[in-house]
Amino acid sequence: MSLYKYSFWEVLRHSFSAEVWEQVVPAISETMYMVGVSSVFVLVFGILLGLILVMTSKEGLMPCKIIHTILGAVINCFRSLPQVIIIIVMLPVARALVGKSYGSNACIISLVASCVPLFARLVESSLLELDKGKIEAAKAMGSGNFRILFTIMVPETLPSLIRAFTNAVVIVISMTALAGSFGAGGIGYIAVTYGYTRFQHDLLFATIIVLIVIVQAVQLVGDTISKLILKKRHLI
Amino acid sequence: MEDKFIEVKQLYKTFHTKKQDIEVLKGIDLSVEKGEIYGIVGFSGAGKSTLVRCINRLEEPDSGSVKIGDKEITALGKAQLNEQRRKIGMIFQQFNLFDSMTVAQNIAYPLKLTGTSSKEADARVEEMLALVGLTEKKNAYPGELSGGQKQRVGIARALANRPDVLLSDEATSALDPQTTLSVLDLLKEINKKLGLTIILITHELEVIKYTCHRMAVMEDGKILEKGPVRDIFQNPECATARNFIGVYNKFRSDYWQEDAE
Ligand SMILES: Nc1ncnc2c1ncn2[C@@H]1O[C@H](COP(=O)(O)OP(=O)(O)OP(=O)(O)O)[C@@H](O)[C@H]1O
Ligand SMILES: [Mg+2]
Repeated sequence: MSLYKYSFWEVLRHSFSAEVWEQVVPAISETMYMVGVSSVFVLVFGILLGLILVMTSKEGLMPCKIIHTILGAVINCFRSLPQVIIIIVMLPVARALVGKSYGSNACIISLVASCVPLFARLVESSLLELDKGKIEAAKAMGSGNFRILFTIMVPETLPSLIRAFTNAVVIVISMTALAGSFGAGGIGYIAVTYGYTRFQHDLLFATIIVLIVIVQAVQLVGDTISKLILKKRHLI
Repeated sequence: MEDKFIEVKQLYKTFHTKKQDIEVLKGIDLSVEKGEIYGIVGFSGAGKSTLVRCINRLEEPDSGSVKIGDKEITALGKAQLNEQRRKIGMIFQQFNLFDSMTVAQNIAYPLKLTGTSSKEADARVEEMLALVGLTEKKNAYPGELSGGQKQRVGIARALANRPDVLLSDEATSALDPQTTLSVLDLLKEINKKLGLTIILITHELEVIKYTCHRMAVMEDGKILEKGPVRDIFQNPECATARNFIGVYNKFRSDYWQEDAE
């Protein structure tokens, strides 16, 4: 159903029809798969790189200028590229790693390449918010660097880290939709092929609704967990 | 001096910032006896915090030495330093409790570092809670406590490993007068009960008078005067000490706001 032939309300109503959702539902699960797997990678590598950034910084527990500078520069390189360009740049890398440059798994590689640097920076800024006094207190007690990192820095900033991860997942979701137009499949593929190329705006509306609902749900879960922790600690 | 327990000799420290180099400690000599409460006063920026932080090497001095007992702190390697830090308690103006842990977990944190068995740690936590009078707050989070209670947890945490020395950097400066008094009473009590040596930094002279046996007056990275608290109060030699005592006396004098008119 195209907006050029039917009214907005007719198209919107039809976007809830069974016919439309028959096509959208499989795409949702595809998108969920890409978002889920990418998010796990983003979580693991983003935390890792974020922690390295903080630890090796000049005021960090294990200052190391070389590592800090190189890592920071690499992250900035990725961060300075628009997501579309990262997707295009990562296509040959995906081909090398998973054998083809299209499909869900290829998409995951560009998602990770684009969102890990972003999340690493978010992790860094969360950890930098931590009151230096707490780190000093742990140091004064004779706690080692890694122990301070994992028993003080990460737990103390957990609510903020969770918020950062929520933001990262939301960006992963929007990027998955974008990658859909480059042959990754999923919601984005539907939006582009049917909504853009074939003027099936009912399908386009359905994908918009799905994206909004998913993002709202992710945000709600992240905010709630973060708030629960703060409440438990009586910090709000 | 009969028993020099903490000995600081010719301590120098310069901070290098982008704009300038600030020489914060300019040859500090200090000795503290075992079991005494030693006060250090000085105006803001005198270098008091830097001095205590050099004692447990939160700040690395450029030159000079710090000795506690027979241990030369300034000569220790990283692992030995951490070992030694477990025998030096420290409390802070901003308390620096861990918000992610309950009161009991905060107090148990240093015990984990020394590998105390969990049974023994539990007993020690109870003992410390009783000592600072917070037994009923055991499972509370720092976020639920008042400033005075937080500092008591800070003290309990600092004492959990039965240290020989307690460093206190403006530990009462964020507290109201009544709470300050109760925390100082607690410090005096543990000093007597446990024979703990305490170095207490403050810019409030009444805190020194109330708590300390001996004191030093610091200004601009140097110690201008040191000795028994009563001697310095009655016979201050340097201008800074006189200045401090002048301010102190003015606050206590029979001077009312109306008198100014
Ligand atoms: N990490 C640092 N880098 C640069 N300068 C510093 C640093 N720490 C302290 N200083 C400077 O050293 C001087 C002494 O600081 P210090 O904190 O030891 O003073 P203080 O006597 O404790 O003062 P206060 O009563 O305000 O706590 C100040 O001029 C301060 O600006
Ligand atoms: Mg200070």
